[in-house]
Amino acid sequence: MGKPDDFPAETVKPLISKAELVERLLAVLPTESLLHDREELKPFECDGLSAYRQIPLAVALPETEGQIRAVLKICHEGRVPVVFRGAGTGLSGGALPYEHGLLLGLSKLKRILEVDPQARMARVQPGVRNAAISEAAAPHGLYYAPDPSSQIACSIGGNVAENSGGVHCLKYGLTVNNIMKVRFVTIDGELLEIGSDGLDSPGYDLLALITGSEGLLGVVTEITVKLLPSPVKAQVVLAAFDDVAKAGQAVADIIGARIIPAGLEMMDKKATGAVEQFIGAGYPLDAAAILLCESDGTEEEVASEVARMTEVLKAAGATQVRVSSNEAERLKFWAGRKSAFPAVGRILPDYFCMDGTIPRKQLPKVLKRISELEETFNLQCANVFHAGDGNLHPLIMFDANDEDQLHRAEKYGAAILELCVEVGGTITGEHGVGIEKINQMCVQFRTAELNTFHAIKHVFDEHGLLNPGKAVPTLQRCAEFGAMHVHRGEEKFPDLPRF
Amino acid sequence: MSEIIQQFQQTIASAQAEKRALRIRGGGSKDFYAVRLDGDVIDTRAYSGIVEYEPTELVFTARAGTPLRDVEATLAEQGQMLAFEPPHFGTEATFGGCIAAGFSGPRRAYLGSARDFVLGVRLLNSAGEDLRFGGQVMKNVAGYDLSRLLTGSFGTLGLILEASVKVLPIPETEQTLRLEMNETQAIETMNRCAGQPLPLSATCFVDKSLYIRLSGAASAVAAAQKHLGGEPVDSGPFWQSVREHTHPFFAETQAQWRLSIKSTTAPLDLGPTLIEWNGSLRWISGDGELDTINGSARNCGGYATLFRRAGEADAIQRLQPGMLALQRKIKQAMDPAGIFGPRRLHDGF
Repeated sequence: MGKPDDFPAETVKPLISKAELVERLLAVLPTESLLHDREELKPFECDGLSAYRQIPLAVALPETEGQIRAVLKICHEGRVPVVFRGAGTGLSGGALPYEHGLLLGLSKLKRILEVDPQARMARVQPGVRNAAISEAAAPHGLYYAPDPSSQIACSIGGNVAENSGGVHCLKYGLTVNNIMKVRFVTIDGELLEIGSDGLDSPGYDLLALITGSEGLLGVVTEITVKLLPSPVKAQVVLAAFDDVAKAGQAVADIIGARIIPAGLEMMDKKATGAVEQFIGAGYPLDAAAILLCESDGTEEEVASEVARMTEVLKAAGATQVRVSSNEAERLKFWAGRKSAFPAVGRILPDYFCMDGTIPRKQLPKVLKRISELEETFNLQCANVFHAGDGNLHPLIMFDANDEDQLHRAEKYGAAILELCVEVGGTITGEHGVGIEKINQMCVQFRTAELNTFHAIKHVFDEHGLLNPGKAVPTLQRCAEFGAMHVHRGEEKFPDLPRF
Repeated sequence: MSEIIQQFQQTIASAQAEKRALRIRGGGSKDFYAVRLDGDVIDTRAYSGIVEYEPTELVFTARAGTPLRDVEATLAEQGQMLAFEPPHFGTEATFGGCIAAGFSGPRRAYLGSARDFVLGVRLLNSAGEDLRFGGQVMKNVAGYDLSRLLTGSFGTLGLILEASVKVLPIPETEQTLRLEMNETQAIETMNRCAGQPLPLSATCFVDKSLYIRLSGAASAVAAAQKHLGGEPVDSGPFWQSVREHTHPFFAETQAQWRLSIKSTTAPLDLGPTLIEWNGSLRWISGDGELDTINGSARNCGGYATLFRRAGEADAIQRLQPGMLALQRKIKQAMDPAGIFGPRRLHDGF
């Protein structure tokens, strides 16, 4: 276990010592809100990407927006790098600390400030769990739509930072489509309100810009989310296929039949096998792939849609089609999908969950290539897939105690991401770049594009103190990584000196 | 097509060299929406055509100069649509202009806005560099979301060459109902309905009537119609007139204000009003001061835009000081010399 080879933790050196930082922070924080003993810091050494670990310089756990502003001002003046952390469930190492940096945790800001059922919105603090919002809205017949699989633990502030999705985002959108307003604090402690209680705001769309910015531009201290009426009914259709390509075609056929399912998931044989051993969701084990296709809405909408889905899936060559007959069965079908990650985790101690998104038509080609790469790297990979929106989650299984396996798993993951870019997709659909995919950013973007990102970063954080070295690679790093996106034979990094 | 891009790049380079302003323009259908229209026109209409469209991917990519009506006709042939129902505001509207303006129509409150559907853009920046952000896939969180930042930027941050958008199926059935009531009742009804699982796709209050459009499976629309009551009216022409501002309400010669506010806000009493989007969009006709009307909108959680006007104006929106400074810095980061559409959106930059 450790850090990626050339983790740029040392790029920003604070102007002040740890002792000075602690002294200044204690002037603005209650004693219990600042951790600086090594033992206390240990639980914060990694996020959901546990293969990479680093003990931070100190951890601040402020209780108010005022404290957050004061802490950031101190870090700004002392040029101390800052990493924000919500619930620490992120899968790309976005909350991996720095040896010389402060980790600022938002976990104490966990109040739901207001639920307005008439206007269908809720105002919450960043540490509120995603699922808690829907729980608070439920008595009013409302819910918050984005449902990342970690929703019982992950926090809404982290969801904003990562632009989290979930199984329902083909129909209901990502975080960016479901938030209205945030209170946002920049590294110099300035507070801005971005968005509005209406459906848009004046000038450039900064709400979109900061959503998914992975803690590089600032931190949200309050979020107003949109609530939707809870569907009266939901039903899921489970379809089995003897061939992955047929399952892929069935997905296209569903869309072609003008149906937008509430959820449309695919799992391959390795994934269903792992899940069946783990919880017994009742998936057919002889199938090469299964699809879960959900309909939600009014009774009439669901009845009509499920009939059409069933017809399309049968016509696409499904060997078996089952419709959930009641809510318990629907939840059982989903339980398998939702437990895919822990189920795979029981086969080998560690896995990397990749997150590439591809045009759906490329699915058979990509799955075939992923399977060939299993042999190249001598590692196993199970595939779960948000099929409706083309978001792949290959789960590469390995044992991190074996340095060589870890190394091979990293290479395997990188190869999958580069494959996604090659077929016209992206390296990350919903988990973020973080530290995990930083090198693959060099494959997806060219110099001028990265320069634009750096220019935007400079507007918010000119000293590069927020999450330095993550999400957007420096040109230097890309030059060293050496796997550049070659576009029409243009020379890469003409403005960088070469030695 | 690459020659056209080269011409654009040359124009941008010479404008940079001469510190000359450029005005990126498609069909000019949104020329009315500006503090000022400075600079020599770059006409995007030469760069036209569909780049990629596969209906089963739900992704459509076209060049900026493609006529918006052609885009919609192509999608309709495949039973699909731009779900944000962009207003054209003229027959010459282009796809690039639609994204650059970022306007959305009646369906916006239910399915999302232009920026919600934008997946990626290809852009010429102020250095003439050819950049791509986002992509042609549904989910993409690699890098900052420049595609959405550019949506609604009115050509002030760069020249959008191409854009990719998510498209959706045209609903199987649509039915519009008219219910007579006053403005207070209409606001209350719109919000109440929006909180229920009904297949709503548009709401509008005008002339003492609330119009509700239902979309979806025939059985679902019929059930909702039974639940809501009211008098069925012809869907097409009414929503078209609201979307394109050809409804008689918009015929007033005075200024037209657009207030984007909290949906439950009680009637504002600022002048004749047309309400959309469950109450969160209020069109108000009448003369007034931007600061006064914006102040009223701010008190209701939103802001005002002087959307149309007869004469000159020194501003069409007001930003809070901190926000104004930040937006100015973003403009400077993307367009350091300030060549693209100076003072189109704000007096200062």
